[in-house]
Amino acid sequence: MSMDRREFLKMAGISSILGLGVSAAATAQNILGQGIAPDKVITNPEALTAKHWAMVVDMSKFKTDEDFQKTISACHTTHNVPDFKNPDGSVNLKDEIKWIWKETYEHAFPEEDNPYMDEKLKEMPFLVLCNHCEKPACVRVCPTQATFKRPQDGIVMMDMHRCIGCRFCMAACPYGARSFNWRDPRPFIKNENKEYPTRTKGVVEKCTFCTERLAFGKMPACVEAAPKGGLLFGDLADKNSEVRKIVETRYTIRRKPNLGTGPSVYYLIGGNEHA
Amino acid sequence: MKLYNGGKILTGLIIFVAIATFPIYYNIGKVNAKPEPKLDTPAIQQMAESERKCVESKAYMRAEHMQLLNNWRDSVVRDGNRQFINSTNKHYNMSLQNECLRCHSNKKKFCDECHNYMAVKPYCFDCHIAPKEEQKS
Repeated sequence: MSMDRREFLKMAGISSILGLGVSAAATAQNILGQGIAPDKVITNPEALTAKHWAMVVDMSKFKTDEDFQKTISACHTTHNVPDFKNPDGSVNLKDEIKWIWKETYEHAFPEEDNPYMDEKLKEMPFLVLCNHCEKPACVRVCPTQATFKRPQDGIVMMDMHRCIGCRFCMAACPYGARSFNWRDPRPFIKNENKEYPTRTKGVVEKCTFCTERLAFGKMPACVEAAPKGGLLFGDLADKNSEVRKIVETRYTIRRKPNLGTGPSVYYLIGGNEHA
Repeated sequence: MKLYNGGKILTGLIIFVAIATFPIYYNIGKVNAKPEPKLDTPAIQQMAESERKCVESKAYMRAEHMQLLNNWRDSVVRDGNRQFINSTNKHYNMSLQNECLRCHSNKKKFCDECHNYMAVKPYCFDCHIAPKEEQKS
């Protein structure tokens, strides 16, 4: 059989189109054949839901250091947050992991600087945590979308499986709410909570507003452990919620609101005398 | 045809062949034991025979458990949907640590058995806490 150039090119073209078609079909079948249909998963019926989860911290309810410690340790034991100590017993600041912690007024609200401020307030410790911002800077910078804002309730969540440990989010967060695991945290967790994972070396972690507890109808661990009324948690989008009523009727402040991040944690300072 | 340095070349060849085929000789006669994941945990044994089922069929789980776990992970972490409805309409809490390991509390004899055989190293348990197992080899 003899074939001229034109005939040869036609044959070659047809066979390559056929070949591509077959392999594309095979790939498509492979992808479709895998996994479970997405409609076979549902949200827990007992889950607490909201449009915009927010927290009000009533500082007047935190009277003693024990009140703070109780709240902090409730969170840290629930979430297997390691406790890094120097040999002399002080906190190892380089390795420290914190989800919720104590901060001085000066550091929590640096713009509210006032040299003649009430000494009591100036030195008062504040309970700070991730603000679950409306426009989170950490989410914008994350290259892998490991940290993301949940569209359903505004919680700024972390997907540890995706975190590559670049720490852009730590640089972006104006509240220092994120901690990096410089070393394996496992040996530094005293009592592991078997129902919650630990983290591994090389990922960033922070408060998640206890998504794992909300999903089963429970309030965040810190809210349950705090002195009564110290931490209020609710739906800011709901006009009848307790947090919304407080934010509407009392004078509350947020941390660094001028940065435009829209923090969802509100502080009620001074209780009766200053409000 | 003359082979120069024949002695050296032949000795070299023999040594090379001996070294290259060493793994074959070394493993000859050794039975390559098939992995046998164990299902004899207390939680499973307490179940009635008819209820002794995983979330999906054995064949599916054996072939597709990694995809299933990946889907569970994405659903729980990213979408916040934590309940799985299987092909027989039963509901399950999607959690490796709290659901899978509740029955399969023998990570060493269940997970590692095959993973070691296949030389795959999933990093699930770098973070997820496996139940403590008694040391009885």
